[in-house]
Amino acid sequence: MNARHLRLRLIALSVAACLAGLPVAHAMTAETARREEMPRAPQRSAGHESKSQGSIDRGSMNHDSMDHDSMDHDSMDHDSMDHDSMDHDSMDHGSMDHGSMDHGSMDHGSMDHGSMDHGSMDHGAMDHGTADAAGPLLPPITDADRAAAFPDLGGMRMQDHMDDDPVLASFAFDRLEWQDAPGDAAAWETKAWVGRSFDRLWLRSEGERSGGRLEHAQAELLWSHAFHPWWDLMVGIRHDFAPGASKDWLAIGVQGLAPYKFETKATAYLAGDGRIAASFEAEYELLLTNRLILQPLVEATLYSRTDAARGTGAGLDRLEAGLRLRYEIRREFAPYVGWVWQRRYGDGADLARAHGEPVEDGRLVAGLRVWF
Amino acid sequence: MPAFARPGPARPSALTGSTIDLSIGELAVDYTGRTRRAVTVNGTLPAPLLRFTEGDTVTIRVRNTLAEDTSIHWHGIILPANMDGVPGFSFHGIHPGQTFTYRYTLRQSGTYWYHSHSGFQEQKGLYGPLIVDPREPDPIRSDREHVILLSDWTDEDPYRIFAKLRKNAEYYNRHKRTVGDAIADIRRHGWGATLDDRRLWGAMRMSPTDLADVGALTYTYLANGVTPAGNWTGLFRPGERVRLRFINGSAMTFFDVRIPGLKMTVVAADGQNVHPVTVDEFRIGVAETYDVIVEPSGQDAYTIFAQAMDRGGYARATLAVRDGLAAPVPALDPRPLLTMADMGHGGHGGHDAHGAPAKAAPSGHEGHAGHDTQAAGAARDEHDAHGGAHAAMGHGTAAMQTHPASESGNPGVDMQTMTPTPRLDDPGIGLRDNGRRVLTYADLASRFADPDGREPGRTIELHLTGHMERYVWSFDGIRFGDAEPLRLRYGERLRIVLVNDTMMEHPIHLHGLWSDLEDADGAFRVRKHTVNMPPGTRRSYRVTADALGRWAYHCHLLYHMDAGMFREVRVEEGSA
Repeated sequence: MNARHLRLRLIALSVAACLAGLPVAHAMTAETARREEMPRAPQRSAGHESKSQGSIDRGSMNHDSMDHDSMDHDSMDHDSMDHDSMDHDSMDHGSMDHGSMDHGSMDHGSMDHGSMDHGSMDHGAMDHGTADAAGPLLPPITDADRAAAFPDLGGMRMQDHMDDDPVLASFAFDRLEWQDAPGDAAAWETKAWVGRSFDRLWLRSEGERSGGRLEHAQAELLWSHAFHPWWDLMVGIRHDFAPGASKDWLAIGVQGLAPYKFETKATAYLAGDGRIAASFEAEYELLLTNRLILQPLVEATLYSRTDAARGTGAGLDRLEAGLRLRYEIRREFAPYVGWVWQRRYGDGADLARAHGEPVEDGRLVAGLRVWF
Repeated sequence: MPAFARPGPARPSALTGSTIDLSIGELAVDYTGRTRRAVTVNGTLPAPLLRFTEGDTVTIRVRNTLAEDTSIHWHGIILPANMDGVPGFSFHGIHPGQTFTYRYTLRQSGTYWYHSHSGFQEQKGLYGPLIVDPREPDPIRSDREHVILLSDWTDEDPYRIFAKLRKNAEYYNRHKRTVGDAIADIRRHGWGATLDDRRLWGAMRMSPTDLADVGALTYTYLANGVTPAGNWTGLFRPGERVRLRFINGSAMTFFDVRIPGLKMTVVAADGQNVHPVTVDEFRIGVAETYDVIVEPSGQDAYTIFAQAMDRGGYARATLAVRDGLAAPVPALDPRPLLTMADMGHGGHGGHDAHGAPAKAAPSGHEGHAGHDTQAAGAARDEHDAHGGAHAAMGHGTAAMQTHPASESGNPGVDMQTMTPTPRLDDPGIGLRDNGRRVLTYADLASRFADPDGREPGRTIELHLTGHMERYVWSFDGIRFGDAEPLRLRYGERLRIVLVNDTMMEHPIHLHGLWSDLEDADGAFRVRKHTVNMPPGTRRSYRVTADALGRWAYHCHLLYHMDAGMFREVRVEEGSA
C-alpha cells in the first residue's frame, strides 16, 4: 500500500470509534487415441452412469467364480447387439475381477443401449477399490512405480523451495520537503517496514525543523497485522523528541485503504501520565495523468488534556490539509510542489497565541517522494 | 537464436534421438540496448526444440552450470512423478555442477514445451518447445511447419519485480483512468453514469484497467526469442499448407494472435488434436499451445501479430517467401476496460460473444447493485457454507455463487464473484465484437470422445482468490505455504470446478494428469493441460487420477504461482 491518497482527517478523541467503524466495515495413453482406435473403459459402454448413483440389486446371479483373466474380446462385434431387453436386476458382480481383461480392440461404436433399463440396478456393494474395476485400464502398480511416484526427498519441502510469503523490506519518504516559512522550515514523513504479507514491523517518523531547531519530531515502532482485506491493526510505541521533554506513548491503531481508495491511518496514543492523544490521517490520489498526480491530504490531532509545556490543547488541537502535485519520473522517485494549510483550535490556539505563533498558517512546499 | 528459430527447411531443426544432452547456463543478451544475463539451455533463447516420436523412451541429461539450483519441467507431458521436474515434489532439483538424467516414455503426441520450475528462471529465458510426432501418420497434413514461441523478456531482476508488486501492485500499470478520462466519460455518458461507475470501482478499491500485473513498462515481447524490430521470419512457398505451432512461454502475458490476410485453422490445443475450426484470431493463455494451419498465397509476406492482452505491446513475426520481407504491422487495439459483468457481478450481457443484444441482468443482481455487499470482508453467512455441489453447477445460469468459509474475513481475499458462469463462448476481454472471428473455448472439441468415460465420482470446487493491493494469491484464500494437499485416489474420476473470485485471468495448470474441459452441461469437450480462467467464470473439467504421485497444480502466471496460487495434488493408492 503506497501512500498515494488524499487525506481527510477527522478528529476523534479515541480511535476506538474508528476501530469500531472501519473494519466492521496417464496411464491413459489416450491422448492420441481417438475413441474409435482405442476404446477404453468398456464397462462404461455398458452404461453405468456413475458409481455414485447407487443402489445395487444382485438378486440371484452369481459371478463369484468368473475369471476374466484370460478372456479375449478382441474380435467381438457389438454392432448388432441388442440389449433392449436385458434385465440386470438380479446380477451379482460382487466378486468380479476385471484386473487383466483386455478389451483393446473391442468396437462399441454402434452399440445401442438406448433402451436399457438400469433403473433398478444396485451397485452399492460393487468393489471399485481397484481402479481397474471401472474406467480406464490402469496397469497394476509395482513397487518401482511407487518409488517413482513418491521419491524420497530426504525431508525437502516444496515450500522450502518456493517461499510464497518471503520477508521483504521497504523504505519510503512520503514527504521530504522544504516549506516556505520563516526560518527555512523543512518537514519529513517517513515509513519503513520489514516483514511478510500480513505481519510487518514498522518504523514511522514525522517531524518539522525550522530556524535550526526541531519544532516537533516523533517516531513510532509498530507491529502490523492484517485482520481484514483492507485494514491492518497497528500496535506499538511512539516516542516524541520535540517539542519539550521527550515523551513516550503506547500506540494502537489501524491503517488501510478505505472505500473509494482513501489511504487512511487512525491511531490512539496513551502516555504514562494518563494523557490520551489521537491522530487521523487520510489521503487520496487524483490522477491528472498517469504520472502527474494530485494528492490531497487531511490530518487531525486531538488530545484528552491540555499540556501547556508542550503547547498542545485539549480536544481538537490541530487540523492540517495539504495539496501536493507530484510528477512520477519513476514510480519510486517523484518531485512535488504543494500548498499546506494548518490551523490550531481551542486551548491549542490559545497556547499558540501565547507563544507568538500563528493560529492559522498556509505555506508553499516543495519536496521529494521517494521509496524503494 | 536456437536452430529451430532460424529460417530454413520445411521442418525446423531440432534435437532428436533417444539421448539428448542439455546444459543450463547463463548467456549475455541484449533486447533493449542494455546487456543482461539470461538463463538459457545450450546457449540459446528460447531453449532448443526437442523432437521425439510417440512411443519412444528418451533419456535427457540436464547439466546445471549455474550457480543456483535449476530444473526442467516437461509441460503437458504425461510421465512418472519423479521425472516431472518440480523440486520438492519430483526431486531435489539440479544443484550447481550436477547433471540430472530424465528418462521417460512418450505416450502422446503434439506440441508441448519445457521450462524451469525453479525460482524465476522461466522469466529469465529458460523455456523451449517440445514436439512429439505421432507414431501413426499425422492426421494433420502440412507441407511445412514453424514453431512460434511467444514470451516476455524483462531487463529487471524478476525478484525485484515480485518485490515491487508486493509493495505497489499497480507499479507496472501506467494506464489507469485519469481526470481526463473522467471528463471524457462525463461528456459521453453524463454525470450520473460516470459517477456511478467511479463509485462502483472506488467501493471495490479496484481499477478496471487492471488487465496485466506486469506489462510493457518492463516487458519486451518476443517471438522465438526475437524482438518485434528483429522480425523473426518463417519461410513458405505459395500454396503450401503451413502448420504453425504456437506456444505461450511467457511468465505473465496473454497474447491475442492474428495474421492479417490469413485465416487460421486451429487443429490442436495443448498438443491434443481438435476438430478443425477456422478463425481470424485466438487468445493464448500463458502455457497454452495452439497448432494452426495457414495456407499463405497471394502475398509475399504476412505479419504474425501477437498483441498483449493489456494492449501495451506486441510480439511480431513474419511469414514470407524469402528473408528480409515484411508486411504492415497493425496498430494495437484499443485498451479494454474490465466491467462488472466481466467479474461475474451480474451485469448487462457485456460478455456476450458477438453483438448479442444486451440481456437483462439476472434477477436481483442489477449490474451494479449489490456489489457493495459482496465486497470482501463483508462476510455473510451464506458464504460460510462451502457447498461442494451446487445445484446450478455449470449450467450456464447465473446462480448466486457460494464461497468457501476460508475466504470469509480473509485479509488475502479482496473480491468474491457473485454470479459466475462458464462463458466458454466468450472471446474474452478486448476481443468481443472486434469484427474478427475469434476462437473461444466453446469452439474447441477433441477429436476423440471422453477418454475415460466415467461420470465423475465426486466434485472438488476450488476458488481462485487473491488480493491485488497486497499482491497475495491463493486457492480458497489459502496460500500454498498454509495449504494441505488435494488428495486423489488412484484410478478415480473426479470433476474439478474452478471459480474465479479475482479480477485477473488465470491459466490453471495441473501437472501429471489431463484436464478434460466440460461444457456448461458437464459434457466432455476438450482435453487440455492448462485451463484459462477469465474473471467471473466458473468452469469445470474432469480428471482421471491415473498417475500416482505428487503433482503441482497452479496458476501459470509466474508471480501468481510464486505468491501462493499453488497446490499439491497427491494421487495415492487407497480403498474406495
